[in-house]
Amino acid sequence: MLPGETAVISGFDDDALSVKLMEMGLLPGTVVRFNFSAPFGDPICITVSGYDLSLRIAEAATITILN
Amino acid sequence: MAAASTIKIALAGKPNAGKSSLFNLLTGLNQKIGNFPGITVDKRTGTSHLNAEITASIMDLPGIYSLYPRTLDEKIVTEILMDRNNSQYPDCVVLVADATHLKNCLLLLTQLIDLQIPTVLALNMMDLAAQSGQSIDVQALSAALDLPVVMLNARTGQGVAELKTILAGTIKKSSRTIFEPGAEIKPLLAEVQQQFNIEQPYRAYQLLQQTNNLTFLSAEAKNSINTLAKTANFFQHKYQGAETVMRYGFIQDLLNKITLKLSDPEWKKFSYRIDKVLTHKVGGYLIFFAVLFLIFQAIFAWAQVPMDFIDSTFAQLSNRLAAFFPEGPFFDLITQGIVPGIGGIVIFIPQIAILFACISILEESGYMARVVFLMDKLMRKFGLNGKSVVPLISGMACAIPAIMATRTIENWKDRLITIFVTPLMSCSARLPVFTILVALIIPDNKLFGFFNYQGLVLMALYLAGFLAALFSAFVLKFIIQTTERSYLIMEMPTYRKPKWSNVGYTIIEKTKSFVFEAGKVILAISIVLWVLASYGPGEAMNNAHEVVQQQTANETLSAEELEARIAAYQLEHSYAGIIGKTLEPLIKPLGYDWKIGIALVTSFAAREVFVSTVATIYSLGGTEDEQTIKGRLKSEINPATGGPRYTTAVGLSLLAFYTFAMQCMSTLAVVKRETKGWKWPLIQLVYMTVLAYVSAFIIYQSLS
Repeated sequence: MLPGETAVISGFDDDALSVKLMEMGLLPGTVVRFNFSAPFGDPICITVSGYDLSLRIAEAATITILN
Repeated sequence: MAAASTIKIALAGKPNAGKSSLFNLLTGLNQKIGNFPGITVDKRTGTSHLNAEITASIMDLPGIYSLYPRTLDEKIVTEILMDRNNSQYPDCVVLVADATHLKNCLLLLTQLIDLQIPTVLALNMMDLAAQSGQSIDVQALSAALDLPVVMLNARTGQGVAELKTILAGTIKKSSRTIFEPGAEIKPLLAEVQQQFNIEQPYRAYQLLQQTNNLTFLSAEAKNSINTLAKTANFFQHKYQGAETVMRYGFIQDLLNKITLKLSDPEWKKFSYRIDKVLTHKVGGYLIFFAVLFLIFQAIFAWAQVPMDFIDSTFAQLSNRLAAFFPEGPFFDLITQGIVPGIGGIVIFIPQIAILFACISILEESGYMARVVFLMDKLMRKFGLNGKSVVPLISGMACAIPAIMATRTIENWKDRLITIFVTPLMSCSARLPVFTILVALIIPDNKLFGFFNYQGLVLMALYLAGFLAALFSAFVLKFIIQTTERSYLIMEMPTYRKPKWSNVGYTIIEKTKSFVFEAGKVILAISIVLWVLASYGPGEAMNNAHEVVQQQTANETLSAEELEARIAAYQLEHSYAGIIGKTLEPLIKPLGYDWKIGIALVTSFAAREVFVSTVATIYSLGGTEDEQTIKGRLKSEINPATGGPRYTTAVGLSLLAFYTFAMQCMSTLAVVKRETKGWKWPLIQLVYMTVLAYVSAFIIYQSLS
């Protein structure tokens, strides 16, 4: 994904992490927007259901998306 | 009026929802900071008069998103809310929600409802919500959840009176059940409920989910729950995921029903524009370093004025008292031991207050989250956290407030590593020692006619401390084991103006906890050190006058010179002197003699004491004048070699020692307070002393 793009979450690769992500509102079927990344490309900032989250790339990589 | 009854109220909610503001509004200055038993999490409690008859004790719980904890701080909340026998178990919870981001605030609320804990929903930041154009039907929300809802603006205090009135009445449990566990686990839940005598199915469900996390369960109970879970095929992650999805489904339906008007996404535009600048590839770092520099300046330079004032006030007080009291060991203890000891605690207050003013402004405004965002990748390589940067840089002014500032780091391992390495950063107390030694051994020449050698060495010392800190952090990353996984799933709060009264409360809270907790240890050690330096075995101390007078009978000395000789003689024969002499064989390989040994012992109170001890031991009286001390040190002869005592090798070895050694009891006291035990400060003391010894040893042996 590139900054500014949006996508729909379809699922997660990491069980333990997925529950945390879901608690923060990253549920399958929700729209996420990739806002911008930190200067070294990691972490990144995303928007989901109206609020902004920062995630490490490794954490974001466990989220699978539909484009 | 005396309180007729006290109810226990806990404030819960996600971080940044305004819990602390509400806590400050409810309790005012009736707050105290304690510890949750057994773990290193601060417990903020206070009392609030709800009305003339009812007083409530209010507890501010660490910020959480749900009952499933991610960090140690969060665990405590689950622990309290799950255990009805816990002494902290609240009669009622106020869930503080951020009205502009209701969705993820309600997750915890639905769990509280299922635990059947009486709850009041406080919708905070109603002003911002209104600004954003959002409008919700509060009555419908209250009816749908069957609990009281209060609209609140914790920045101005609007709605607090209403909240108090509601809390003073009886709050009943909500009759709703939001999460229905699947039919296949119902028999299992029934079994757990029966075995542990639990009314609510959700409590039983939570026991199954978090069996091994909950410390109030006995090993036996854990075993039996685990066995039950195994036979019934209970998969924690799978069920937890399903639960979250179900709860959010409910919340979405609820929000659809009660939202009269959605917020206009435009309202965040301003915040995004700030983000564009503050997280810019180049500009972001420049601004951050400018902010760091400002903080550093503030604690390094601006704190100097009040610190000098405190220093001279206590010195005067000590002299006045000495003149006022008759002579005697008891009065000496007061004027030379206790008063300067208290002065040694108070002197840190300006730095602590200034640093925490800066930090709480960063936190309140939302900038701290961006700092973490900017620094996370760089710092993570060294086992540190984006938030470690502020303590590390502050450590260059003083490690005391810096270590207290590590509180902002949620992850326990990251926090511990930061605490551990911060004292390696060269603090301002090392500077007097550095300048005098550098001036002594490094020629005042210029490299290429441009770089001053002395300046270069000084910079190298700061760099050595910094590199040692990074290196130690890197090593610790592999040594410290933790079951806690490091996450950076963090909400980026919308920028807003800091609330000044919260900044004030933070300053008061931090200063209080330093003075009353670390202060005790500092006072005790400084009295011990004073006794060591002022008393000695046998008659040597009392006979100092006669002995020195006899020794110097054929010299013509002024009264002051004689006084200085006597002081030197007394220090030599004090317990500290004896320790210095005992240490001599140990520190000889570093190039030191017993005189330096004494300075090492006494400067444990604070590094800069090295200078005044050296002045005393070389019979210079109370002078702290650099030129005088430098001149005297230059002429000191090493009897073994006949050459000067302070050779380049000895000087560099001493510099290395002071760069790395934990020569600061106040730091130890603060680390003890922050890690809630003597284990880490002692490990730190040993580690830093060994590091200092080894590097001083290598330097001296290779240069001499």
